[in-house]
Amino acid sequence: MATDTQTPTETPIGDWLVLVSENYSPIDFMLIGDNLDRFMWGALVTLELTFLSLLLGGILCIPLALARAYRHPFWNAPVWCFTYFFRGTPLLVQTYLLYFGLGQFEVVRESFLWGPILSNAWWCALIAFTLNTAAYTTEFLRGAIVTTPFGEVEAAKASGMSAATMVRRIILPSAFRRALPAYSNEVIFMLHGSVIASTITLQDILGVGRWLNGRYYLAYEGFITAMVMYMILVFAISRGFKFWEKHWLGHLRPREEDSNTMVPEAATPDIR
Amino acid sequence: MEAIFDYRQLLLDGTLVTIRLAIVSAMLAVVLGLIGAWAKLSKSRAAQTAAGAYTTLIRGVPDLVLMLLIFYGGQTVLNNIGDTTGLWGYVEISQFTAGVGTIGFIFGAYYTETFRGAILAIPVGQIEAAKAYGMMPWQIFTRVIWPQMVRYALPGFTNNWLVQLKSTALVSVIGIQDLVYNAFGAGRSVRQLFTFMFAVLVIYLIMTAVSDAFLRWIDRKYSAGVREA
Repeated sequence: MATDTQTPTETPIGDWLVLVSENYSPIDFMLIGDNLDRFMWGALVTLELTFLSLLLGGILCIPLALARAYRHPFWNAPVWCFTYFFRGTPLLVQTYLLYFGLGQFEVVRESFLWGPILSNAWWCALIAFTLNTAAYTTEFLRGAIVTTPFGEVEAAKASGMSAATMVRRIILPSAFRRALPAYSNEVIFMLHGSVIASTITLQDILGVGRWLNGRYYLAYEGFITAMVMYMILVFAISRGFKFWEKHWLGHLRPREEDSNTMVPEAATPDIR
Repeated sequence: MEAIFDYRQLLLDGTLVTIRLAIVSAMLAVVLGLIGAWAKLSKSRAAQTAAGAYTTLIRGVPDLVLMLLIFYGGQTVLNNIGDTTGLWGYVEISQFTAGVGTIGFIFGAYYTETFRGAILAIPVGQIEAAKAYGMMPWQIFTRVIWPQMVRYALPGFTNNWLVQLKSTALVSVIGIQDLVYNAFGAGRSVRQLFTFMFAVLVIYLIMTAVSDAFLRWIDRKYSAGVREA
């Protein structure tokens, strides 16, 4: 195929790959090998977008979740509208709205934010992903705050803590721990959702796969490589969270090893 | 706003395509989910492994990647198989079929988990009692398992359906003329993409709100007779 000019044939494995690619396999491994650095850069974009949006969304969701959990007289309703809107609509359209839509307004195009941020695909993706993950995280953090055991709250009050101290030292740490299993799903959802970046011209992992598909008109090479890379990332993240759960939720585990009594992995789908 | 009114027919057509796609793929996914749940709970080692591989694969790979792979690669695979075995001639997968197939295939994995959990929630004693009465496996399924499975599976089903409805927006990427695709085309031609994308968001919000309300109603119906504290 397109790679005959630059096939490294020094090693036996190289020889074997060339032989297989040229004669037997429907997949051209050499093409993937030649473009591996592109895929690595793509992985960097994917990870950047995923983790930055999770970080920003995570910071944003704490005040929002508190406002929802304690039914703040003013903020509860607007925050509910925000989470309902972002949870009830597709992430793809939210991203399109920001990236393609904002240019419709004269005010936006003339503002100082237009040049560096709002006309830039990377920033638009980051903002859309951040708002989306903030909406989902707010709701399950709210659930975790509401289910704080009464005893913990009463003990905090009895110790004379102020409301702010109680939230900071008792309620939030306890809620974070209970939200951790759900959060591991959220991280994987966000990684899966980040493929939407490739629809607004960004070269994330799938973006590189689509580029390869468009350039050589080959279906498998780009998409199967992307598939394998996403699977590796997902399994690495799940393992990391298993470890964290053991570490932070150790006190909730039964004494003997019983795999069924841990907080069950939610069987929820992962697409926005 | 007038632009939206001018293009209302296009938006309506797109909405109908989206709804049809969501419903057909949900039916496919439910069938796959039942098969998957049966395989996971069966005694056959091979069936368990296959179903496990299926759910793991779907959990690991983003939907759009699978969709593009099936859309661009699936046809070649089918035609290669047809050529080698001589079972069928040249087939062409339409965009709609690829979209339904992919979304159904992906959500089948989530329904597998939902149904597996629901079947496990049914007390074993009831199934044993049905066997003791001499019911056939099919009778046990329709009379004992199914009515209760629906009850236990409904919350998970509602969640899956809402996510699936939203994920149909992705099919616009492979060129199906759904709501997003049509609205994007219209919005671009009148240079009002914000207005049109916002309209799409509102339509999706209406669809999710209506199906949420409907499924809650069904939940109440099937939960008749459940004791509440």
